[in-house]
Amino acid sequence: MSILNQFIMQIFNGINIGSIYALIALGYTMVYGIAKLINFAHGDIIMVGAYVCYFMIKTFNLPVYVAILISIVTCIILGITIERVAYKPLRSASRITLLITAIGMSYLLQSSFQLMFTSNPRPYPAIIDLPALKLGNLTISSNYYITFVVSVILMVLLNVFIQKTKTGKAMRAVSEDQGAAMLMGIDINKTISITFAIGSGLAAIAGILYCASYPVVSPYIGSLPGIKAFIAAVLGGIGSIPGAVLGAFILGMIETFTKAYISSQLSDAIVFIVLILMLVFKPQGILGKNVKEKV
Amino acid sequence: MKNKKKLSPVIQFALTVLLIALVYVIIQLMMNAKIINRYYSGILISICINVILVVSLNITTGFLGQLTLGHAGFMAIGAYVAAFLTKEVFSIAGPIDFILATLIAGGVAMVFGVIICLPTLRLKGDYLAIITLACGEVIKNILLNLDITGGASGYIGIPRYTNFAFAYIFAIITVYATYALIKSRFGRVVMAVRDNEIAAESSGVNINRVKMLAFVFAAFFAGVAGSLYAHYIGILEPKIFDFDKSIEILVMVVLGGMGSIKGSVIAAVVLTVLPEMLRGADNLRMLIYALSLIIIMLFKYSPTLSSFINRFRRKEKVS
Repeated sequence: MSILNQFIMQIFNGINIGSIYALIALGYTMVYGIAKLINFAHGDIIMVGAYVCYFMIKTFNLPVYVAILISIVTCIILGITIERVAYKPLRSASRITLLITAIGMSYLLQSSFQLMFTSNPRPYPAIIDLPALKLGNLTISSNYYITFVVSVILMVLLNVFIQKTKTGKAMRAVSEDQGAAMLMGIDINKTISITFAIGSGLAAIAGILYCASYPVVSPYIGSLPGIKAFIAAVLGGIGSIPGAVLGAFILGMIETFTKAYISSQLSDAIVFIVLILMLVFKPQGILGKNVKEKV
Repeated sequence: MKNKKKLSPVIQFALTVLLIALVYVIIQLMMNAKIINRYYSGILISICINVILVVSLNITTGFLGQLTLGHAGFMAIGAYVAAFLTKEVFSIAGPIDFILATLIAGGVAMVFGVIICLPTLRLKGDYLAIITLACGEVIKNILLNLDITGGASGYIGIPRYTNFAFAYIFAIITVYATYALIKSRFGRVVMAVRDNEIAAESSGVNINRVKMLAFVFAAFFAGVAGSLYAHYIGILEPKIFDFDKSIEILVMVVLGGMGSIKGSVIAAVVLTVLPEMLRGADNLRMLIYALSLIIIMLFKYSPTLSSFINRFRRKEKVS
């Protein structure tokens, strides 16, 4: 029974971290779909979101909901600013220049936060203060079910937004064919900005949820979940929104189960090896489309 | 006239060799006269190691146009292999052991280069960056968990064979080999692949072979640099070879100019000396690196910004 209990607990762990990865991976995959750019700074926006929420609660004693809202708005503004300042001027440049700029952006956020708030990790306040859920003899902490419910709601909302609204249609059109979309009267700049805004907002929520589960914040917390969420996006097929969610949950499961049953230290290596194997055997990802190379 | 044309490359070559030898002799004499103390000779060795790393990364990033983010991983492989060989296996004579171990380390790094490059050949663009990043992290993680490498506490007791002479000679060899490679027919093919892959392919270039060779070439020298580093520092910790190290090398390549060997050498020298001089501002280092990456990219490749700069330059060109 206890082995079974442990196994079920591991599944919950996997779902928890998987939903956080899913929120981050959505930002990656949307930005990649539209701007054809691996936004390395996305992982660090998570960190910014977590820090803003931390200071709103600790320093300004604001209620949790207001703090979360402020942190989302800050990240949205930050995301749009990064796109406008660093990525937009390079839109016509080669891919490698964009990638290097994105890496520079990521390091800029990390090192400026390290300068401002030192690299010492700070204990994160309890954000979610709800009673734990009891299922038979299993106790599920409030962090777990809130993270799961929040992510599922956000994913459903995002899907509805992209499928049903006019802006969502514009986003799909731009990712399909930027030139044709522009000829149809779609404002490319606005659409790309909205994409970055949505991605960054989701990243802020992911950052807060991540810090609620692993209650410590430092300038470097964003980089590893960022890379893993990117792997999840590749796993599911980059550019595909259901793919990112599926990939994130698969990755979360792989990670928790290797941590629990194989080796906690090698779990990162195993995640990376999964990525390499995926790229070798099915580079377009689980739900990705096979794109033909055109001259 | 004809005679002069024939002689000038030879004279140039001789002058270069003379200059290289002169620099070496001067530094060595200063070391013997204790004008350059241990601290400064350490910096000189670091410069040589960084020159090797930066020039070799420039082959893949600058000339081949493929972003690799795992150069530190190859360096780690070279470092650990060479350290293991000199410490546990070879016992002929110090310097011979060291040279043999360094070459083998480069060879092993090459093999890893092939293994990493094979799956990426089918992929386009950004995936190489991701795969090399992932491989660098995998290598670091495995080194952290192996017993034979001492794990996180480090691999200790490596004989300290690296001196300025070795580092200098290996750096010169690297620069020369890279220069020769780029100036050869193969070098032109490499740049053709960078400029337009499809056009190069339709001109009969075997893209996969070119990518593989360039990649392997870079990996070899990264391994050599790793060996030099291991035998200079005497203790290896996996955390030295993390993503930050790869980025540091990349920053040097970008600052020196992608596709410029001269620039790489200058950037390696400047970016090794500057942080040493500005020890007090060490936590500013990463910030400055990040900012310089973004600013250089923006000013060099953004159409609006570069035309803005060219407005000032045009006058010089006309006159």
